[in-house]
Amino acid sequence: MEVKGEIYRVAGPVVTITGIKPKMYDVVKVGHEGLMGEVIRIKGDKATVQVYEDTSGIKPGEPVVNTGMSLSVELGPGLLESIYDGIQRPLKVLQEQMGDFIQRGVTANGLDRDKKWDFKPIVSGGDSVKGGEVIGVVQETMNIEHKIMVPPNVSGTVNEIKSGKFTVDETICVLSDGTELQMMQKWSVRKPRPVAKKLMPSKPLITGQRILDGLFPVAKGGTAAIPGPFGSGKTVTQQQLAKWSDTDIVVYIGCGERGNEMADVLNEFPELEDPKTGRPLMERTVLIANTSNMPVAAREASVYTGITIAEYYRDMGYDVALMADSTSRWAESMREISSRLEEMPGEEGYPAYLSARLSEFYERAGAVHSLAGFDGSITVIGAVSPPGGDFSEPVTQSTLRIVKVFWALDAKLSQRRHFPSINWLSSYSLYTNGLADWFTENVAPDWISLRDNAMDLLQQESELQEIVQLVGSDALPEDQQLTLEIARMIREYFLQQNAFHPVDTFCPFDKQYKLLKAISKYGEMANAALEAGVPMGDIISVESKDDLAKVKYEEDFESALNVVLTKMDAEFAKLGGK
Amino acid sequence: MTKEYKTITEVSGPLIFLEKTEPVGYGELVNINLPDGTTKRGQVLDTSADTVVVQVFEGTGGLNSESGVVFTGETIKLSVSKDMLGRILSGAGEPLDGGPRIVPDDRIDVNGASMNPYSRLPPVDFIQTGISTIDGTNTLVRGQKLPIFSGAGLPHNEIALQIARQAKVLGSDEPFAVVFAAMGITNEEAQYFMQDFEKTGALERAVVFLNLADDPAVERLITPRMALTAAEYLAYEHDMHVLVIMTDITNYCEALRQMGAAREEVPGRRGYPGYMYTDLASLYERAGVIKGKKGSVTQFSILTMPGDDITHPIPDLSGYITEGQIVVSRELHRKGIYPPINVLPSLSRLMNSGIGKGKTREDHKAVSDQMYAMYAEGRDMRGLVAIVGKDALSERDQKILEFADLFEDRFVRQGRNENRHIVDDTLRIAWEILSELPMAQLTRIDNKFIDAYHPANKAKSE
Repeated sequence: MEVKGEIYRVAGPVVTITGIKPKMYDVVKVGHEGLMGEVIRIKGDKATVQVYEDTSGIKPGEPVVNTGMSLSVELGPGLLESIYDGIQRPLKVLQEQMGDFIQRGVTANGLDRDKKWDFKPIVSGGDSVKGGEVIGVVQETMNIEHKIMVPPNVSGTVNEIKSGKFTVDETICVLSDGTELQMMQKWSVRKPRPVAKKLMPSKPLITGQRILDGLFPVAKGGTAAIPGPFGSGKTVTQQQLAKWSDTDIVVYIGCGERGNEMADVLNEFPELEDPKTGRPLMERTVLIANTSNMPVAAREASVYTGITIAEYYRDMGYDVALMADSTSRWAESMREISSRLEEMPGEEGYPAYLSARLSEFYERAGAVHSLAGFDGSITVIGAVSPPGGDFSEPVTQSTLRIVKVFWALDAKLSQRRHFPSINWLSSYSLYTNGLADWFTENVAPDWISLRDNAMDLLQQESELQEIVQLVGSDALPEDQQLTLEIARMIREYFLQQNAFHPVDTFCPFDKQYKLLKAISKYGEMANAALEAGVPMGDIISVESKDDLAKVKYEEDFESALNVVLTKMDAEFAKLGGK
Repeated sequence: MTKEYKTITEVSGPLIFLEKTEPVGYGELVNINLPDGTTKRGQVLDTSADTVVVQVFEGTGGLNSESGVVFTGETIKLSVSKDMLGRILSGAGEPLDGGPRIVPDDRIDVNGASMNPYSRLPPVDFIQTGISTIDGTNTLVRGQKLPIFSGAGLPHNEIALQIARQAKVLGSDEPFAVVFAAMGITNEEAQYFMQDFEKTGALERAVVFLNLADDPAVERLITPRMALTAAEYLAYEHDMHVLVIMTDITNYCEALRQMGAAREEVPGRRGYPGYMYTDLASLYERAGVIKGKKGSVTQFSILTMPGDDITHPIPDLSGYITEGQIVVSRELHRKGIYPPINVLPSLSRLMNSGIGKGKTREDHKAVSDQMYAMYAEGRDMRGLVAIVGKDALSERDQKILEFADLFEDRFVRQGRNENRHIVDDTLRIAWEILSELPMAQLTRIDNKFIDAYHPANKAKSE
């Protein structure tokens, strides 16, 4: 039931209301224009509301209506290929309603009420259904079969079930207790959707990015953070993951970032092909765009909106990857609202509950056995934008305590155009051991040793570099000079990857393996030749070594690599030695 | 009928507190009539049934509890018309050039609504500035926001003016305008800009907003919003391509901090308010191109980094919002190189969509990446040479060391009026200096580009 109250005070996005008794997190409509807001504090007869839209011109005394519902998203067919703002209003509909600039006071349904979907039931009258169970399917896109599930908090016996074309809010099933079910269900964004069981992540998320897959893999259902100063490539990395990850669904949250970046994604994704299915990438993507100049309270909500949609697809048994760019902007929106509430600040002005909120969010990731009986997963990859690139700040530190994979972006690398500029010494993945069996079985038995060897060389290189800084590289013994050279090859030939090169942007695992193996082969032959007394200068100047630098750009990688390897054999044979 | 209230209970810094008013809207514009007959303007910051807090733009000097306060019932608006071109206005939008008031075609809320990301068109049109370090390695495109990060005493104003003079989209003569917003700069600096605008005839197609160093700091908070409103109007109503030059963002942020302190807000890093990111975003994000509209807004703002520190909150937060930055270096300036742009920390995020085949040339990105990699390594070598001497370097390293010098001397250095063409000059010079390196070092460049553009190969084929 709707109860009316009135506005007492307006201070930016924070509005104090009086005259009604809402519950915490109830959604209220504020003012004559009915701006959407959420109750975040109750004190005496007054309640504080964070408003998701601009409050200019709103006066004390204007009416307030309590909807009695918490902030929810609409879940059902039609989510894919959509672009929403932070509170699930479709930006396309907003544009049609009010033009190129977002005016306030407009409501728009998350799901299209007119579109009809072809519903095929898989239960029949008399079947008993539990919460979360699948009652039918809809082909949402070419490759995604959308499973219509009973809401998690509903169960009973099917009295009537329909088949055919329906809109999302038409009743398709009636239970014996009279409950009517539609294809669409609503779920409160701040409450995780229940699952039958959480599982240990055991498969890697293949991203086609050599440094990520090869050195610091993330598991499907795992969590990863990408912190980095501005300009170090957070957004490009996130977009590469959204493009090339071998996942069924991608939820991409642009949280307090640039409008032009979202425009870029919108422009590019329909054109690009999903490497797994060959269909346009947009067909597996849900975009949430709350750019930096859009209302700050909606930015706070955007992350929850995104993860709730991700959970919904996970429950159908899909692997979902969620990118949040950037969680720092989300944390800042919490700080901004907290400071308007005049709460006691914690570190750097962030609210004391920052760390708890971050952990709650990342904990919604995971590989699960869903109520419907499927195995699904959500992988969460959060970008972090630490002020001044200083990783000791509260958001980065709170995040690192939770996530299992840390991809540390490094401004020094990006300045010399080493991309992706992920520092190989300070990054880590806690999944490497858990995934070792998978790699051995699915990539190659010697993959793990190749990788460990490469990491070892990179570590040695950094130690040797310290000496070189003091005495110059010529003063090193020859075998160490060779180590430096091989480490350089690993960095430049293997780790560097050009996201804007048509071939190099995506590197299948097989290619990653062969490339690293080829570098390792040069290393072995070079070391053997050195021992046999071949002069260092000759070993370093074999042509095939330089040729190897460019094979990753070749369309026909296999044959290009074979040409180089054959040449390498011949060149080393000529160098002779013993 | 608008009421005048004489219920001021407190004046504190730029803020006044009133009691017992009718309901007043948040953000409403306020006129304050002083006992001496002058009028000041302000804006509502906090409104409740009991108290209203107003921030006064022209400062609270001369105000007392006898002053009358009139609420206008509307938010701050700018009168806009095409006749604004060629005019010089104050930071609050009043004429300063002795001309008549602007006859408005429309009055627009200066806060501007946020652009729907769905309506944006990704910026792709290459703007040639004639400066190699920008065109070649940090390309500017139409609809981008690219600030200059500079320091006190560096020639950022010259660079900005050179860009304003030379910037154009190749092969296009679409209507073009400059909107200039001065925030807290000195009268001398403002005159320097005005003289150059007049000399080059740029003033005719410019709108100038001046908030000088001795104008009230609070006014600085609306100056850029006025300027951007004018820019959006010219771009989206009159199909013009508008270049907005805002200087100096640092002064703007200082004013923001000053206001935050006056309101007794919880300060964030270095005393700047916690919402500074959102506030700056509400300025920077007003650059862009809209689907179906002919005009565009490109932003080129100047920001002086306090103590040349790029991690200071002002450049730091700006860098997270803008699409890159052009960093002016004191070291290059001391070496006598103009423009002293250090390409290493500089970046244009939209470069890749503005260059390449059909826009500049297919090898552009590869050439740029290669120069970056070699220059970065060359600069490292300089540090090494200082310790071990040049002779301890390998032959390869010596070549790279020489490249760093060549890069600064030939690619970075250019004349104040030298307008370099991207292909005929900038890329030609790039290849000339790259050709001093051994061919095997050019690992970033596809072989087909080396075949086509390397001077050695060109000489062979000719």
